[in-house]
Amino acid sequence: MAIDKNSNVFTFTFATIMVVVVGTILASLFLSLKPLQVAHEVDKKKMDIMGAIGFESGSEPGQVNRSNSGVLFDEFVVERISLNSKGEVINTRTDAITSGDKTDPFNIDVKKEYKSKIKKLAKKFKKDPAGLEKAMKSLDVSFPLFKCEREGKELYVIPVSGTGLWGPIWGYVALENDFKTIYGAKFDHEGETPGLGAEIKEDFFQVRFTGKTLNYGSADVFEVVKGGTPNIKDYQVDGITGGTITSKGVGEMMNRTLKIYERYFNTL
Amino acid sequence: MSTETQELQAVKKESLFSKKNKRLVTDPLSDNNPITIQVLGICSALAITVQIQQAIMMSLSVLFVLIGANVIVSLLRKVIPDRIRIIVQLVIVASLVIIVNEVLKAYAPDISEKLSVFVGLIITNCIIMGRLEAFALANKPGPSMMDAIGNGIGYAWILLAVAIVREIFGSGTINLEGLGIGKFQLFPEAFYEMGYMNNNLMILPPMALIVVGVIIWIQRSRNKALIEEH
Repeated sequence: MAIDKNSNVFTFTFATIMVVVVGTILASLFLSLKPLQVAHEVDKKKMDIMGAIGFESGSEPGQVNRSNSGVLFDEFVVERISLNSKGEVINTRTDAITSGDKTDPFNIDVKKEYKSKIKKLAKKFKKDPAGLEKAMKSLDVSFPLFKCEREGKELYVIPVSGTGLWGPIWGYVALENDFKTIYGAKFDHEGETPGLGAEIKEDFFQVRFTGKTLNYGSADVFEVVKGGTPNIKDYQVDGITGGTITSKGVGEMMNRTLKIYERYFNTL
Repeated sequence: MSTETQELQAVKKESLFSKKNKRLVTDPLSDNNPITIQVLGICSALAITVQIQQAIMMSLSVLFVLIGANVIVSLLRKVIPDRIRIIVQLVIVASLVIIVNEVLKAYAPDISEKLSVFVGLIITNCIIMGRLEAFALANKPGPSMMDAIGNGIGYAWILLAVAIVREIFGSGTINLEGLGIGKFQLFPEAFYEMGYMNNNLMILPPMALIVVGVIIWIQRSRNKALIEEH
């Protein structure tokens, strides 16, 4: 019996079967590959933290890459702390990281927390920094802090997360033990414009942060200013020309996040 | 000129390696190259040819998707309802691309990071939809596979050629770390001390366009039949 392949019934049946088959294949593939992908993400996070405390990425000795990031992380990160939004310590860990342990500061998904809870606040209080600061205080969000030791120096690595022009941007900022001087910074993005906003992940931009001093107590703890602005202050860095919105996003996420940690540093 | 449906006469028990089938593979390599003659898939050719390893992974991904999609569509060509055939093709291509993307993320994370959105954008690569519409819908799986291999390799060699030029002159190295091979410095330090510099323009996308242009130029000056008359 010949089937009319252009009949409505056949078209709908074909579409339904196709969707079910494709859905099943993709779902099972996704589930089977997920553990590997999660492991890579953990490595990447460790690489970025090591990058903030001054390790270049690469495969030569003294550089950090996927295969040695775990070892380096264990060697240099001495304490993992989580704070609440008032800057009070919730949890301190020094043991090995177990994946899936929600109480471990390392497992706090900063990007996810930003997206689900902080992003809309940041948008609402865009023009009102004092209002944002107040609103942030009552948030139920944990903020991780990584205490590291390198070459006899205590360094504090703070993850930051925000929005660029096209999508999420994030990074890690390392402070020296005066909690004011930036030791290093590492940024990354999801889909900023190549050659413009995407340059935030390049070294030439990141080295501009090293040695800068945070301006605690004011509305702008840190600021990324328009590329080429004259008379840059100690708490400002030059943004990327042509990548102004992404650069501003970097400044915004640092400013907003550092204010939370400021309260913790004040208690030390 | 090549998007018209190529009908293969159903010759009795035609061998997969007959002369006609071999032409399916060899034509897209030169006289009917998807990039330099049909000017399809240019976007990815410009974007990911900074490094050879990226070009290799991208080419393999496109080759996989192209072969998979061509064979599957060819197998289903008699049952795909005409009215939803574009949707069906898209679903097949998209699924294959997602498979490639997820596998790369799991097994080659560094390269996957560099290729970023361009793997996802294989879905919109005109070469793939073009071959499905123009060939796979009207031909048997065997020739369809040959056609996919031909076009995939035709795409790949242009990408590789461009990437080789750009990486050698732009970075002065050949970096195959993502493939687990290592990084090679091409010019000795003495060259740089004498004043040799890597050409930064090579790293930027416009140079890819120029390199592709040079390849097209060479190709057309060798085969005058390719030059259109206006």
